[in-house]
Amino acid sequence: MSEPAPALGGARAEGYVTVAELPPQGMIAVRGDLSEEGESLAQALADATGGELPDVRGMVQTGRVALAWMSPDEVLILCAYADAPELAGALDAALSGAHALVANVSDARAVFELSGARVREVIAKLAPVDVAAFGPGEMRRTRLAQIPAAIWMPEEGRLRLMCFRSVARYAFDLLEKAADEGAEVGWP
Amino acid sequence: MSTRLATGGRLLDRSRRVSFTFDGKRLSGHPGDTLASALMGAGQLLMGRSFKYHRPRGPVASGAEEPNALVNLRDGDRHEPNQRATTTEVFEGLTATSQNHWPSLDFDVGQVNAALARFLPAGFYYKTFIHPRPLWKHLYEPVIRRSAGLGKAPDPETRDPDRYEHLYAFVDVLIVGGGTAGLAAARAAGRAGARVLLIEQTPHWGGRAPVDGGEIDGQPADDWVAATVAELEAMENVTLRARTMGAGVYDHGYVLAYERAGDHLAAPAGPRHRLWRIRAERIVTATGALERPLAFAGNDVPGVMLASAVRDYVVNWAVSPGDRTVVVTNNDDAYRTALCLKAAGLDVPAVIDARPEGGGRLMDEARAAGIRVETGRGVAKVKGGKRVEAVYTCPQVGEGATVQEIKCDAVAVSGGWSPVVHLWSHTGGKLVWDAAEAFFRPDPDRAPLGDDGAANVIAAGAANGALGPGEILADAHAAGARAAEETGHAPKSDAAPSGDARDEAPLAPVWLMPQGASVKLRQKAWLDFQNDVKVSDVELAAREGYESVEHAKRYTTLGMATDQGKLSNINGLAVLAQALGEEIPQVGTTTFRPPYTPISMGAIAGPATGATFQPVRRTPMHDWHAAHGADWEPVGQWRRPYTYRREGESRADAVNREVKNAREALGMLDASTLGKILVKGPDAPRFMDMLYTNMMSTLKPGRCRYGLMCSENGFLMDDGVVARLDEETFLCHTTTGGADHVHAHMEEWLQTEWWDWKVWTLNVTEQWGQIAVVGPNARKVLEKLGGLDVSKEALSFMGWTEGTLAGFSVRVFRISFSGELSYEIAVPANHARALWEAIFEAGQEFGVMPYGTECLHVLRAEKGFIMIGDETDGTVIPQDLGLDWAISKKKDDYIGKRAQQRSHMADPERWKLVGLETLDGSVLPEAAYATAPGTNANGQRNTQGRVTSTYHSATLGRGIAMGLVHRGPERMGEVLEFPKVDGTVVKAKIVAPVFYDREGTKQDV
Amino acid sequence: MLRLTCPYCGVAAEETELAPGGEAHLARVGPEGNDDAFHAYLFERENPRGVHFERWRHAMGCGKWFHAARCTVTLEVFGTYPAQTTEPPAHIRAAITAKRPGWAWRGLS
Repeated sequence: MSEPAPALGGARAEGYVTVAELPPQGMIAVRGDLSEEGESLAQALADATGGELPDVRGMVQTGRVALAWMSPDEVLILCAYADAPELAGALDAALSGAHALVANVSDARAVFELSGARVREVIAKLAPVDVAAFGPGEMRRTRLAQIPAAIWMPEEGRLRLMCFRSVARYAFDLLEKAADEGAEVGWP
Repeated sequence: MSTRLATGGRLLDRSRRVSFTFDGKRLSGHPGDTLASALMGAGQLLMGRSFKYHRPRGPVASGAEEPNALVNLRDGDRHEPNQRATTTEVFEGLTATSQNHWPSLDFDVGQVNAALARFLPAGFYYKTFIHPRPLWKHLYEPVIRRSAGLGKAPDPETRDPDRYEHLYAFVDVLIVGGGTAGLAAARAAGRAGARVLLIEQTPHWGGRAPVDGGEIDGQPADDWVAATVAELEAMENVTLRARTMGAGVYDHGYVLAYERAGDHLAAPAGPRHRLWRIRAERIVTATGALERPLAFAGNDVPGVMLASAVRDYVVNWAVSPGDRTVVVTNNDDAYRTALCLKAAGLDVPAVIDARPEGGGRLMDEARAAGIRVETGRGVAKVKGGKRVEAVYTCPQVGEGATVQEIKCDAVAVSGGWSPVVHLWSHTGGKLVWDAAEAFFRPDPDRAPLGDDGAANVIAAGAANGALGPGEILADAHAAGARAAEETGHAPKSDAAPSGDARDEAPLAPVWLMPQGASVKLRQKAWLDFQNDVKVSDVELAAREGYESVEHAKRYTTLGMATDQGKLSNINGLAVLAQALGEEIPQVGTTTFRPPYTPISMGAIAGPATGATFQPVRRTPMHDWHAAHGADWEPVGQWRRPYTYRREGESRADAVNREVKNAREALGMLDASTLGKILVKGPDAPRFMDMLYTNMMSTLKPGRCRYGLMCSENGFLMDDGVVARLDEETFLCHTTTGGADHVHAHMEEWLQTEWWDWKVWTLNVTEQWGQIAVVGPNARKVLEKLGGLDVSKEALSFMGWTEGTLAGFSVRVFRISFSGELSYEIAVPANHARALWEAIFEAGQEFGVMPYGTECLHVLRAEKGFIMIGDETDGTVIPQDLGLDWAISKKKDDYIGKRAQQRSHMADPERWKLVGLETLDGSVLPEAAYATAPGTNANGQRNTQGRVTSTYHSATLGRGIAMGLVHRGPERMGEVLEFPKVDGTVVKAKIVAPVFYDREGTKQDV
Repeated sequence: MLRLTCPYCGVAAEETELAPGGEAHLARVGPEGNDDAFHAYLFERENPRGVHFERWRHAMGCGKWFHAARCTVTLEVFGTYPAQTTEPPAHIRAAITAKRPGWAWRGLS
């Protein structure tokens, strides 16, 4: 295979918040029943990834792997891009007895990192999210202007946003404009 | 003459000057001036001409309610018409021009309309100019359009260079209005710990209180305002935002606020306007009250102003509207203006008070200050054209017989105050008529409701009908505390700020001055200054049967346009009520709709401009296409190459070249946009049988099948190739635009109908780049790349395999949408461009050329393959397209099956798909209709079919088309006539829709 | 602009994050149904002034379909609940009764 090429080749914009496209991120989508009835599946998932299953809208990072709650029957596993095919295979095998769907979707999205003291404010310009009540440990799926997107904060001052790969340019242009010097608001 | 006073001006920085131009004339003002105050300070009271009669007009008000002083602001790219001079902050270099006049503000030919006013009453355009009809289009309308209207529209060639943005804000309590009421409410809610956002439309806090004087908590109002703002700014949980107007209240506590972040700057560094999209649990409307004018003849002459505005100009901006100002009133408040003018050293010849007994304490103060007060009097008429020269007083109860002429150059009028109830009313808050104050105020028992069914808007202060300073503060404090409490915060027990209690004699409602004014006077008594609506117009509407206030509004234009009747509303409906012999509350108000004052289109668009106007979806190979001459075509939100044009080549030539090359050598198509959805689970086969009209459960792993998907209405919604990956897993390909809605369709059925079925779906469209390698040399290039057995034996037509091709992990589908030998190769998106380039490189020796969507269309049309969106339009069922072979007869059910059994769907008279071959070989026009004998009920030609796809076939060297034709397949060989827009007719023969390789041998080699 | 709480992920979503799906609790009529029943299933919808049941999808979010019980006059939301049910659950009906005694909708009350 070739060197994996992210959608925008690692685009970067320096405003009052810095916006940077991250290198390809390993992502595995798992669909399965995560409710109490699906406890065995959840356990198998946790075992196979070495991660911890998040609560509703939660995201838990364990070592090199993070598990994010996407819906009552979908978990997104974030890992190194190179690890994804093997981990997806292992998961598929581990969950073969259960009713589950595992797919390596590491190429489907673009991921941006916003860094700076006012990362929440930049998101507040584009997404109908109460960013004051949002913080590390949560995966929030929402709308960024006219596209679906999801955001999470690895820690204060850093926020990551993912969207589908085909609209990476649109998302980047929006974020760049919103984070431009002179556009500071002071909210929240 | 209006002029700048030697001292004073609480909002001005008199140590500095800013220069600006008005109609090209260089003028100056001070930082803190509005354009209106600066113009008046420079002696320019005349600011515009009226809409209909082109009457000279000066400002009436000092704020957002201003109907007259509308100007064009800035030049070129930043030009903007109809901006209120009263809310425009001056800055160095500002340019403004007056509008609605020709040739000049001082001399306007259009003023002839005023002479003809008798012939231009309400609704004149509905009756006067009706006959003869042709004259309307060619004479009346052009003339009226030229003379009516307001500002100058921006030049369509210019592009607004400024930026705009949105901001989502979530708060417990939003307080609209930064006067003393808003501040008191914010203080109470803020101290209780609620998350508070306080917005104020002007650049200043405190509202009217500092102008009107008096003390709050024992301090001068200005000091209390400064201290309270400082306290609020220090609170973590409170945000203050000036220059931000509460534009509209919408359902469930959603509020739009319009921040004019850069309007006071020559070129803002950041966004010019910001639209706040606020979700508030409680909304406190501390929006104050607006003073009403009085209706008397000549009340629109420049120099006639609201009494409160006169006070504002003197106190805030040290501007005197005139040297001698007569005050006309029906209430006590206007005496404050008389006293204020006197204190500023200006002359007040008289206060004309319509009340027989006059006023209370304030009247006594005025008399004590040496001001003459005439009670029981009104104004019969104002003398003057471009400027007030005198008023003629008369008994208020009479018909206007003059008692006295009083020389003056300004008139300050007050007809009482009306609470600003707009925001309260936007989501259905009701009003009650307060007969004592003669205004509508919010009815607390019928408040707007939130999603929990509880009242979510609380009116506070003057906006709630409280008019005394002390009453306002107490009411607002309680409103803030209540809002905090209702959002889960415990208000502190501290007392409301204290202010003076109201000490005024009752107002007397005066809707016309004098009470029995003659027709002649009523024809000069303005109600709506902006739209030139007079008392006589409203009375005419009532006589002509426009009894509903909403009808009367539209007939007379009362309360329309940019000011939306902020000054005219109550007076107008009172006149209407009187004319109808009804009470005001029975007539009611017109509907209050957002926005409160006009907001810019830029603010509404926010980031949706230029490159981010809407999402453009790009495939992983997008930049390669761009570098290789792609002419783009939008397909849904995707951009796909239409064709790759070479130097000197026309689009048509390029398409023909690509078609021939794909048929004769080797073509490459970026098919990444096709939707790809995984369907997996023990019930997946059963689910697939419901989704598709075909029998998908019998598809063998390793094989592909073309499938049709219908809606429950029976109509064809999508098509594509399904590959079975294993016993439990299918991969469904959708059309380019279809992935999202097909995936949503699947999830809808699984979640809401068959939730007990064990099936998971996943939209993996964007995970894969997909490359179609098409043509007689397709196998050769893949064999050259190596790693995968693509022989006929190993990978037969309609099979798929996976493995490594040229070192790339791929899945290869042996499917064809062109009729040629064809492989569709799916590769992870981050590697798709590299593989594309590798194939392109390897294909050079086989004559490879990339091809675009138009070539794709020609190739498929030559083969008679349908295209969703061309052959289908939401009314077409698969049976119409001769696709019965793809509809399983063995299945009991599939989505759409029952609908296709409905009598109209099974009707043999339906239009059905055929091929169309022009007799002269030309290309049929797109969407052309085949005519039939006779006409329909509307006198239009009958039709018997229409073209759905039409192309020049490079392969056949002639035009080919498909179309839906009445009983088409039964009519092979018949010739139909297709009229073109130029009046000529093209004849085409009905043929089978497959034009090329009917046996399908070329794709199966 | 409406705000509805997704019963799956708990987000109080504004209307722009949701996709509307028309009336709730329609029973599918398949090939066995007669013309009248099928016509009613496809086309006949309630248009009440008052209590109503609707389908919404948290499209810009967790992707789940849910139902909302809502007053079409005041826009009051009585509750939202998962779509995997053929009729409103008891607690939703109780919530409606508390606010709108005597309500009726199709065969429900």
